[in-house]
Amino acid sequence: MNFPEIVLSHLDNLWFQVSGTLCNIACAHCFNNSGPNVRAFGFLDADRVRSEIEYASRAGVKEIFFTGGEPFLHPELLDMLSFALEHAPTTVLTNGMLINDRLAERLAQIERSARYSLEVRVSLDGYTEEMNDAIRGRGVFRQTLAAIARLSRQGLLPLVTIVRTWSDDEELATLAAFADTLRAAGYERPRIKVLPSLPLGRELERKAGTPRDELLSGEMLEGFDRDLLMCSNSRIVTDRGIWVCPLLVLMPDARLGMDLAHARTSYRLAHNACVTCYRYGTICGNVSALIEGPGAQSDGSAVKQS
Amino acid sequence: MKRLALFGGIYNNCRALEAALADARRRNADDIYCLGDLGAFGPCPDRVYPLLREHGVQCIQGNYDNSLAGGLADCQCGYTDPRDNYFARISYSYTFKNTSEENKAWLRTLPATLRLEVEGRRVLLCHGSPRKMNEFLWESTSPDCFLEYLLDQSNADIVCATHTGIKWHRTLPRNRHFINVGVLGRPENDGRTNVWYTLLSLDRAEVEVEFIPVEYDFHALASDMELEGLPEEFIETIMTGWWTTCLEVLPHKERARGKY
Repeated sequence: MNFPEIVLSHLDNLWFQVSGTLCNIACAHCFNNSGPNVRAFGFLDADRVRSEIEYASRAGVKEIFFTGGEPFLHPELLDMLSFALEHAPTTVLTNGMLINDRLAERLAQIERSARYSLEVRVSLDGYTEEMNDAIRGRGVFRQTLAAIARLSRQGLLPLVTIVRTWSDDEELATLAAFADTLRAAGYERPRIKVLPSLPLGRELERKAGTPRDELLSGEMLEGFDRDLLMCSNSRIVTDRGIWVCPLLVLMPDARLGMDLAHARTSYRLAHNACVTCYRYGTICGNVSALIEGPGAQSDGSAVKQS
Repeated sequence: MKRLALFGGIYNNCRALEAALADARRRNADDIYCLGDLGAFGPCPDRVYPLLREHGVQCIQGNYDNSLAGGLADCQCGYTDPRDNYFARISYSYTFKNTSEENKAWLRTLPATLRLEVEGRRVLLCHGSPRKMNEFLWESTSPDCFLEYLLDQSNADIVCATHTGIKWHRTLPRNRHFINVGVLGRPENDGRTNVWYTLLSLDRAEVEVEFIPVEYDFHALASDMELEGLPEEFIETIMTGWWTTCLEVLPHKERARGKY
């Protein structure tokens, strides 16, 4: 098949898989199969992180993201966040479970002293203990809510992400209930970001019915704004080299080089996950990059006002 | 010395526009520009256009103008939050319905960017960013290195944009500048009811950026909005200076400074 090829137009978003695939929990829908003792990818060396940030800064990077696994498992994460924030706005994606009072206070200090925004993005998967813990494991819901409340008490406004596991007509009620849950837990001004579920990793096994043959073709991208595709503006640094995007770290063909300077090559969109950016825009960013906005059709085309 | 008055989004707020025009004249602005988003949020869109024409304001297209001109279904702000979408749709449908065909046709003629050569400096006026009409450039998420990249790419010494609704200015090495000129359409989420525009004064030696607060009859605007049946949430913003909707695009620092 003739897969479309995407050129890196500019490195806007620099990602670090800072804790590799090591995580303190093993979610049923994890797209990169992270979990306790999963060492497919390992911790990133702090010096390596600093040198790639310096390279990206010279290249005009816009935002920096730390993900995993669970980033707070890395003993040098706070130093790396501080360093990153000297160069660009920085986001850390976490399940929150390791955030105790001391850590929440340190994060708030780092945020206050930084010129740029620090975003702490905390993942949850339901607005009830039952819904969430079925996916993320027993006790996770309570611990995560407690961490969100700790961050909130320190003056931080964590961005709480939730994967859409409900139908469109339940959307408003579900999100209102979710916001109420967060307020009741002590987060007075909840910020919520909804993510689509991804046909990758454990989620692919969990939902055996997910079509595996959804791929992008050249025709689909005709007239489509390629800036919406993460591979046109992002790269992720892992301990095993540079991958084209955070979603594809399990795909050997998505490894582009050893370091950022050698990972600027174009990429052929040969995976199911590539449809995600096409459908929903760059969901990994904090704000949707979906140019067509809410009126966009599932095929990505803009809709005309009638 | 050249003095440019730079207006950001007007959002149908003809009362603030009138006040800003009078202020700019009083300060002897040589030229007045508007960086797009003439419509949105406020009441009676068609009241804005005669003022712009009468005062010779040179306009570029914002995402709202682009949507209205092209008959698109939404404002292209890219909201994903259902509450934000709900209010964004009300605002857009209202503005679409109440903007005349003649004014939509005029919006179609506006350029996406304007390049000026002023006192030997290359000035680029755009709506969101030089590369994208609906890119949000907030102070806390626009690092120096990225702004320098944008200026290099666009061969400009000074880039002026709006779109986010909150003004800011950064001086970069080699006396280059990025300026978000603010907006006239609604207050900037700081609990104050005034709006802002930017006065850019240039001569061979210096670049001076001055943010000008504009007081206007916001009570009258609120009444107009009420008469037009616009949401209470929008009126609250005009009356209090706090944003109540479309908050999801705010980065952490800007969000934390607001009330909601």
